[in-house]
Amino acid sequence: MLRSRRIKEPIGDRMLVAAIYAALALVAVAVAYPLLYIVSSSFSSPRAVVSGQVWLLPVDFSLRAYASIFQSSQLMLGYWNSIVYTVVGTFLNVAFTVLMAFPLSQRRLAGRGFFMVLMMTTMFFSGGLIPTYLLVKELHLLDTRWAMWLPGVFSVFQVIVARTFFQTSIPAELQEAAEIDGCRDIRYLWSVVLPLSKPILAVLTLMYAVGHWNAYFDALIYLRSEHLFPLQYVLRNLLILNASDPEMLANTTKGMRDQGFEQALKYALIVVASVPVLVLYPFVQKHFAKGVMVGSLKG
Amino acid sequence: MAHAWTRVKRSWELYVLLLLPVLYLIVFKYVPMFGVLIAFKDFNIVQGILGSPWVGLKHFEALFRSPNFPILIQNTLLISLYSLAAGFPVPILLALALNEVRTGLFKRSVQLVTYAPHFISTVVMVSILILMLSPHVGIADRLYGLFGWTAPNFMGEPGFFKSIYVWSGVWQEMGYASIIYMAALAGVDPSLYEAARMDGASRLRKMLHIDLPALVPITVILLILSLGNIMGVGFEKIYLMQNPLNVATSEVIATYVYKVGLLGANFSFSSAVGLFNSVINLILLVAVNTISRRVSQNSLW
Repeated sequence: MLRSRRIKEPIGDRMLVAAIYAALALVAVAVAYPLLYIVSSSFSSPRAVVSGQVWLLPVDFSLRAYASIFQSSQLMLGYWNSIVYTVVGTFLNVAFTVLMAFPLSQRRLAGRGFFMVLMMTTMFFSGGLIPTYLLVKELHLLDTRWAMWLPGVFSVFQVIVARTFFQTSIPAELQEAAEIDGCRDIRYLWSVVLPLSKPILAVLTLMYAVGHWNAYFDALIYLRSEHLFPLQYVLRNLLILNASDPEMLANTTKGMRDQGFEQALKYALIVVASVPVLVLYPFVQKHFAKGVMVGSLKG
Repeated sequence: MAHAWTRVKRSWELYVLLLLPVLYLIVFKYVPMFGVLIAFKDFNIVQGILGSPWVGLKHFEALFRSPNFPILIQNTLLISLYSLAAGFPVPILLALALNEVRTGLFKRSVQLVTYAPHFISTVVMVSILILMLSPHVGIADRLYGLFGWTAPNFMGEPGFFKSIYVWSGVWQEMGYASIIYMAALAGVDPSLYEAARMDGASRLRKMLHIDLPALVPITVILLILSLGNIMGVGFEKIYLMQNPLNVATSEVIATYVYKVGLLGANFSFSSAVGLFNSVINLILLVAVNTISRRVSQNSLW
């Protein structure tokens, strides 16, 4: 019954759909292949990598590269620093974003337009790199962890996302009811709004956390001491500037190094650095999409 | 006035909440805006920003006379326009295509895969490029070898820099950038599709006359933002991709400001370069926004 009611699509439409499926499949393969290649190379023996035997799957399965990575104290310290920057930084980011976004979402806030302009202006005009650097220097934040947290403690874009959420998803009647019950703004935010805002808090946390984990620019500018460097900065030295880490090469022979051990090491480094984000990502994909969509609604 | 004051008094706690973020904006955003004054001074650390002597437009003149200036502008603009021309339409096409696919495993997989590169850090992205494109051991070299060709030294050839930069950017961002267009397509009124079907419209016509117009508002907004930022090519990726061999085509304003200013400690001159860049961006943004408001009624403000 059901089948007979469906009108068969015309041939032109079916060809179009087939072409779309084919094109999308091609795009997906083109995006996925380099990623797969990197993972496979990292699990292959250095000789297989350098002699070009790896095309799709690991050849001569080997964990040597990974074993060497975990011997590098420089890299492990970078990992630890990145975790610290990400956890503390993300907490500060989310807190400041909510503190800014919540009052801006309340219509009764006198001067709301003024605060909006104050904030939006910074999106389109900034002092630039050098004046900001000099400020951080003046405040004696250079070469401290605070330089990783304070200069970008919230992003205007995320404030707008959060504000839009507060405006559209939390009924204004709740505030009126709370006020009648003698509940003032701070308590209203803490006991009513925040518990209802878990989706947006999740989105903000994820966006900010990925940003911190992947950042290297602030470290490049503000940090000098090796014990403060985040993972991405260490990676830049090892992968792009080709500095070699003696600890990583400690258990290797000259013969191995000649056979491109360092090349294989780089693939493993890439995997180790990207795993925390890429493993989490499929689980939070929906939230990310939601975050972008909330932001796209005009507030 | 009296009314406003009662409102302030009634919601004083909101101002308490705003205190820290507003303080942040003033200290970390507005103070540097005034710090830009050093572009008109000969800044030295001892005398500080206020004490250093005024020199007027000296640094701007030096910039405009510098032989680097035309190259910087050219590289910055070319990279921007190239990125825009390649990177802007691709996510739209991807969203239109995904919209034609029935929700299911295939659609979810394509989305999962194409969004993933967005989460790779810039450092890792550039490392991947270098590894894959390096002579002798990179996979690009081997692919060339399959056809019996010898691969050029991609990262060292100035002519390749912009294409590598732009297309790796498309690879990394197209999926994620398509989300916003998918959202716009999800908001299309289903009755439009029904009406189109009643009229016997083909899928292609439906895409052209329903889906595409639905994307216009968001497309215009994003286009304004990108055009307003045309001189603001990202520093991070270009700086990492730079090497002495490709610097002729890869030096842009942002990397120049960093090198002259922070590495060369020439604070005033590089602030002038940065300010010049910001002002051009601001003018572009306002201009594009005004034109768009007149022509299409879509605008940022």
